[in-house]
Amino acid sequence: MSTLILALVITTAQILLALAMGCAAWRILRGPRAQDRVLGMDGLYIAGMLLLLIYGIQTGRTLFFEGAVVIALLGFTGTVALAKFLMRGEVIE
Amino acid sequence: MIQAPDLPLWAAIAVGLFVLLGASITLIGALGLLRLDNFYDRIHPPTLGSTLGTGCILIASMICFSVLHTRPMVHEILIAIFVTLTTPITLMLLARAALYRDRAEGSPIVPADLEPNGEEG
Repeated sequence: MSTLILALVITTAQILLALAMGCAAWRILRGPRAQDRVLGMDGLYIAGMLLLLIYGIQTGRTLFFEGAVVIALLGFTGTVALAKFLMRGEVIE
Repeated sequence: MIQAPDLPLWAAIAVGLFVLLGASITLIGALGLLRLDNFYDRIHPPTLGSTLGTGCILIASMICFSVLHTRPMVHEILIAIFVTLTTPITLMLLARAALYRDRAEGSPIVPADLEPNGEEG
């Protein structure tokens, strides 16, 4: 019984995070300027990382944790590179 | 697909509560990203998801795997430390880049640079 309720709660949380990713994707598509799109990408990768962590809880396997770490690392690098590009017009000077 | 790990009742309650809380907070942050109408307002709400939302879901993950493997598993702290360290850095860089771009265009929503000869921030 408690397992069924936990399964429903986890599925609800996944739906909420998918909605959050949808909001961030809307900001990427519509964002009036380039910095808004970069901000949307930042929100998108955070929500995707949380979705992967919740999937790891759901299946009870630690395999997805490594995926979440990689998303956090590459998302940070990507946002910093894009911010640097917006600032100077070049990533590595 | 609906499934869940087989946890005792107290752990199931704690995991469900923290997962739902974290996902709701992240959704609130994303809605703020959608609704606010100025870039300098919009840069604030996503941090809700990357601090409190991530924290709640990582606590749920720690409880779940510690109970499943019957020993403390705290490797999620790695993500917590990393995200907490990097979010201010990225958003500060992004805000400075946006400020630079708006000033270069002479946009009326940002104040002018007080030190025109200073190093461009």
